[in-house]
Amino acid sequence: MSVIADFAAEVGPSDPVTCVGGRTQWSVGGRPADGVREVSAPSGVVAHEPGEMIVRVRAGTSLADLAEALAVGGQFVTLESETPDQATVGGVLACGQGGVRRLGYGPIRDSVLEVTAIAASGQPIRAGAPLVKNVTGFDLCRLLVGSVGTLGVLAEVVLRCHPQVEAEQWWTSAEGTDPFRLIEDLYRPLAVLWDGRAVWVGLAGRQADVAAQAALLPGFSPVDGPPPVPTGARRSVPPAQLRTLAGGDGFLAEVGVGLVHFAAGDPAVPVAPAASGVVELHRRIKDRFDPTGRLNPGRSPLRAAS
Amino acid sequence: MGALSDELGAALAPDRVRTDPLELALYGRDASMMSGQAGVVCFPLTTEEVAAVVTICGRHQRPFIARGSGTGLAGGATPTGSVPPVIIVTTRMNRILEVDVEQRVAWVEPGVLNLDLSRAVAHLGLHFAPDPSSQQSCSIGGNVANNSGGPHCLLYGVTNAHILALEVVLPDGSVVMLGGLDPEPDGLDLRGAFVGSEGTMGIATRIAVRLTPLPPSVATLLAAFPTMDSAARAVTGVIGAGIVPAALEMMDATIVEVVEAYVHAGLPTDAAAVLLVEVDGLDPGVTVVTGLVADVLREHGATEVRVAADAGERALWWKGRKSAFGAVARIAPNYYLHDCVVPRTRLVDVLDQVGRICADQGLVLGNVFHAGDGNLHPLIVFDRRAPGVLEKVHAAGEAIIEVCVAAGGSLSGEHGIGLEKRDAMALVFTAADLEAQAWLRSAFDPAGLCNPEKVLPRGGSRCADLADIPEGAWI
Repeated sequence: MSVIADFAAEVGPSDPVTCVGGRTQWSVGGRPADGVREVSAPSGVVAHEPGEMIVRVRAGTSLADLAEALAVGGQFVTLESETPDQATVGGVLACGQGGVRRLGYGPIRDSVLEVTAIAASGQPIRAGAPLVKNVTGFDLCRLLVGSVGTLGVLAEVVLRCHPQVEAEQWWTSAEGTDPFRLIEDLYRPLAVLWDGRAVWVGLAGRQADVAAQAALLPGFSPVDGPPPVPTGARRSVPPAQLRTLAGGDGFLAEVGVGLVHFAAGDPAVPVAPAASGVVELHRRIKDRFDPTGRLNPGRSPLRAAS
Repeated sequence: MGALSDELGAALAPDRVRTDPLELALYGRDASMMSGQAGVVCFPLTTEEVAAVVTICGRHQRPFIARGSGTGLAGGATPTGSVPPVIIVTTRMNRILEVDVEQRVAWVEPGVLNLDLSRAVAHLGLHFAPDPSSQQSCSIGGNVANNSGGPHCLLYGVTNAHILALEVVLPDGSVVMLGGLDPEPDGLDLRGAFVGSEGTMGIATRIAVRLTPLPPSVATLLAAFPTMDSAARAVTGVIGAGIVPAALEMMDATIVEVVEAYVHAGLPTDAAAVLLVEVDGLDPGVTVVTGLVADVLREHGATEVRVAADAGERALWWKGRKSAFGAVARIAPNYYLHDCVVPRTRLVDVLDQVGRICADQGLVLGNVFHAGDGNLHPLIVFDRRAPGVLEKVHAAGEAIIEVCVAAGGSLSGEHGIGLEKRDAMALVFTAADLEAQAWLRSAFDPAGLCNPEKVLPRGGSRCADLADIPEGAWI
């Protein structure tokens, strides 16, 4: 616990702080205000328990280091980054954004079982439990995922692990495949990605299942993995709305999920402003968790779309 | 009470606002062992009516409690406090509003029953994955409040993973939409914070639930074990082999005997423990995994491994599993169903200690639970008319909590904290942890009128003065 206590002391009780991970998603939620003191969460995998399918890991650990430690026990977590050497567990969770396998993996918030965070008072608080199933107390874990460090500074988490799959394979199609039809035909695919013309499909699971599903992909060719994800802007829309992108270009859409990654920084898909009642709830929550506004001033979860 | 009920009657309809003693007594309890005093019982039909009731309660500074089917086991819908609260019953808001097949979403009202939704969309090849044992009678609003689980949540996740958006009447009477059909709505995950808040942060009036494709292939295995230990080790063995089945359930001999007498499914009544393992997915993988699971079960001492011959046999086994709580009435008229979670790898040890606790108190114990995720359900069967038995059940319940917490477990896996385990929260959380939870709640309910006495302990001390608690109450 002394590592947590030391980090709590570093965060301290009063001045404005921002927690820095790998700076891979630094603009999410806005830029921190000038002159804000930077802190970094401790790193290291504390314990991987394959039999419990959980891992306790410090927030400053890189996704690559975590993946390496979990692979020893034949497991993985669903946190993803294009740059896993730099991206940290805490940073990815604070931003709350999933990767291109989200269709199969589910949202990353579902993999967080326990959180230890440093509150604005400088005191560590813990929510959840190191158990795969638990409804004891209010769900501060889900509140903190995606809170971009404005309610507490993530110090350590317990994540749900999954057994490594026997096979993960990717295919791509020539133009003309209807991704919306495809997603109806496939059973629980890992990903169906679409750039307006080409379609990429990821399948994962038992080798026998992957082979059987591949038969539903006539005209597709195997590829090493998903295509590069455009990083200009990211938009979240109801999955059916992705159809309206047909004919356009400069994007990669996660079909069945509703995320669109644009090359341009100012895509035509606007971010809908939050309703006033939702904004008011945010204000009240921030007031209670951080009455002096010292946690990541300048950033807001209401500006997470970048 | 007159002015309040008159206002409520004017806002709804006089026949949907009840104050007669019989009705108040009925709504003074849920499926827990506790009871209290209801002030007024309301049956709204629309979001606007719920908002009107909540607004009127606010004006009168009167606490209110939302209630679905009343199947909660932790007293979450039990009225408490010196001022009898208004009970807002959602059972008449029971329409499935919309089924969107392409996006695999259904909009439902909170009173829709869990199984009714799955039945209504089965012809589309879809279902609502959370499947509590009470699914024939529990409501989806109640599932949202309790973040309910069920056997198949081992693979598919509990309710929170299946709720996309919620229209909520906040405790101040305003209406907001939390979450959305898009995957990452801007802002905090208020939807996620609301699910599992046990009715303390508002009342969900419309719910967008994720519908999950029915698996193309399903295999259900039933394995008999000579000891509880060997069955528990087999559970660890299956997970250790890198297999996450759709469901992995355990029943002990006491439960198997009463269930078999009820469903006549040919369950092995001579076994000390039975595991029910379900594997689903695509046909080739199901075939492979079924073989692997059967091997692991045999390696761990299963004396018999059967695979359900067809959907009919599978349904019969599940009927047995899910009706276990009713079937124990063959032993005694009352039961107390416990719910706690322990690390899977501690199952053997904890089951052993739970058995000893009940034996020491001379109580009949059955075990029927979600072994795959370490979610224990010790079921204590008794006749409450027997002198002194409630005290023994109470003592055993407390001791079971202590054993689970000592093993690194937690208070509840799926039933919630409610009133029953509220004062045990300090066993697993510090004062600072609990304060942070209180911040979240007060952001939603600054006035403190919405199911106010549930989940968080008031003082921080674990046990209230037991002498003050009425008979039948569980604290």
